[in-house]
Amino acid sequence: MVNLKINNIPVTVPEGTTILEAARIAHVEIPTLCYLKDVACVGSCRMCLVEATGARGLVAACVYPVTEGMEVQTNTPKCRKSRKTSLELLLSKHKKKCLSCERNHNCELQRLSAEYNADEDYFEGEPFDKPLDTSAPYVVRDQDKCINCNRCVAACQKQSVGAIGPIGRGYNVHVGSAFEMPLMESVCVGCGQCIVACPVGALKERTTVDDVWDAIANPEKKVVFFTAPSVRATLGEAFDMPVGTNVEGKMVAAIRRLGNVEVFNMDVTADLTIMEEATELLARIQNGGTMPMFTSCCPGWVKFVEQKYPEFIPNLSTCKSPQEMFGALLKTYYCEKNGIDPANLYVVSIIPCTAKKYECTRPEMGGEVDTALTTRELARMIKTAGIKFTELPDEEFDNPFATATGGGAIFGATGGVMEAALRVAAKALDGNFEIVDFPEVRGTSPIKEATYNVAGNTVRVAVASGLANAEEILESIKAGTRNYDFVEIMACPGGCVNGGGQPTLPDSIRNTANLKELRANALYKSDKDNTLRSSDKSPVVEVLYNEYFGAPNSHKAHEILHTHYTADKRI
Amino acid sequence: MNNEANCTACETLGTPEQEAQLKAVIEQSKATPGCLMHILQEAQGIYGYLPMQVQKTIAEGLGMPLSEVYGVVTFYSQFSLTPKGKNRISVCLGTACYVKGSDKILEECEKQLGIKCGECTEDGLFSIDSCRCVGACGLAPVMMIGEEVYGKLTPGNVKAILDSYREESK
Repeated sequence: MVNLKINNIPVTVPEGTTILEAARIAHVEIPTLCYLKDVACVGSCRMCLVEATGARGLVAACVYPVTEGMEVQTNTPKCRKSRKTSLELLLSKHKKKCLSCERNHNCELQRLSAEYNADEDYFEGEPFDKPLDTSAPYVVRDQDKCINCNRCVAACQKQSVGAIGPIGRGYNVHVGSAFEMPLMESVCVGCGQCIVACPVGALKERTTVDDVWDAIANPEKKVVFFTAPSVRATLGEAFDMPVGTNVEGKMVAAIRRLGNVEVFNMDVTADLTIMEEATELLARIQNGGTMPMFTSCCPGWVKFVEQKYPEFIPNLSTCKSPQEMFGALLKTYYCEKNGIDPANLYVVSIIPCTAKKYECTRPEMGGEVDTALTTRELARMIKTAGIKFTELPDEEFDNPFATATGGGAIFGATGGVMEAALRVAAKALDGNFEIVDFPEVRGTSPIKEATYNVAGNTVRVAVASGLANAEEILESIKAGTRNYDFVEIMACPGGCVNGGGQPTLPDSIRNTANLKELRANALYKSDKDNTLRSSDKSPVVEVLYNEYFGAPNSHKAHEILHTHYTADKRI
Repeated sequence: MNNEANCTACETLGTPEQEAQLKAVIEQSKATPGCLMHILQEAQGIYGYLPMQVQKTIAEGLGMPLSEVYGVVTFYSQFSLTPKGKNRISVCLGTACYVKGSDKILEECEKQLGIKCGECTEDGLFSIDSCRCVGACGLAPVMMIGEEVYGKLTPGNVKAILDSYREESK
């Protein structure tokens, strides 16, 4: 252990601790911009400069390790002046179009500039004239707002995608894709981890909020919303509620107050996906199909396979994602049942994800979901509508897509799809199998593995979240060092609860709280509290099969609920 | 840099010999940590510049994102994204040359050849770049064409020098 003083406060910390981490123990906050826990730590922004005994000049607290007897001062005139100048230099290169910026009041540069009384016009920079990159349907890049902290680059590299990186040198250095190609042509998979890593408004989703308002105002259109499992676990954060608050009831009430709309529960098609996927898995096992089978609910993961590992396309389940299953279900079954012309039904999906904005534009999906909004966009609509979110009563989803099982609820966390599938598959293999909890596949570990023996069958499973971990699994399958029957992959670390469309929390929270775990806990609690745990117990799914599809993987189910993938190898 | 022109010029890996050379360099070096710089230098030696297809081949060979390779290429001024001419003009803009008016020499080269600094003439005969000090400050202002150094230049004698290369290539 190392003893030191931070602003005269004695602290004892393990060897190798940085000044930044030690300061937190002393309840001293040191400002940062380029640092983001678990993502980026390079000491380049110079915001965290402090005075430390034994060091020459100011040192970057985020990378500087503590030493025995060190005395650190974080709030001297020298520190404050240095930070203020750094901010003013950053501001000279930052397009200060704050009022209309998505990150207004939620911008780390704005907050620090206010705290340090930085003058945004102290240094004059070059004109802001770089074009927006709007090539992708899921993200907009505004280079003029970028402050070169490179947190997005670190997030992208951590995903083993590497679509963006620093380009050039000196004053002209900027973040971009290779050869300045539009993001849509790059290896980007749309996971949006760059967006939630960005401290300013340089990266944001390409919003379609106005299209949804137009549809709501159009008397010809019937507008239906459905919300993905994880949105209820995060939406409250946009209204200053504690991380991990399940706001399902308020979320439904809020959407209902946006206009004359119906609000459905996407957990329903999560259950439906499980029925289709578990059946597909059993068929592959019994008929000697391509193994292992990979889940296909995550569009970022699917795009990653198509672009980087197309040789694994036959391993992807042919099931559409819950979002696309819902779209298909609404434009067929629901329209037929209610005598609605599908052209007049406007389907809005609320998702924690930016890749799903791309997924609904894929030609294979036939435009069945008209648009997908992130959790952040939904929060913005609720605020625009003047709805007092925290004061709302709890309301229920609309029928016929209201009731779902706990298996559907946990789809939003890493391991959730696997667990939901295991519940159904185990029961199908052994009618007496009653276990519904599979703790081996829970938790936020990057890769989880388990082997189950059910009715004489050995089922080897793996769960990975974060594309770098997915890549590790793919490479080891290729090398023959790992063998599985069923693999669940979610592109975002921790799964959808930590998706690229989730609320952007300030670094002060991100650097201290375990978002993945807190948000996932809300879903697992909802699963535990549900009297229906296994997707095959869903009354809605039962009706769907009885009235419409016949049986899982039936011809009709294949036509409506399954899809195909296309190799699109990119470097 | 004109991206479009650059991209159309880089759809292939050049001649079969060039491609074989590049792949051999990657194969020889890829196990060495930090080999990217060396491979890029060799590749530029083979092709004269580093077009997209060459960078993609290197990225794939090293299992590294193209954006990272491109980041290194654009960081170092020794690497070029555009083809170079048979005769590579390099005008010194170092302190001594600059105060002696080397910016006017650069301007004159650009005017004479109808291209900008960093570009290559359509016939491939000349390309212009600027550099910082060739170690011949006593001769300022200085430019190099290939390995040849020309000193005490005035805008007036640039044309004659360029013409001598034009003659030579006839």
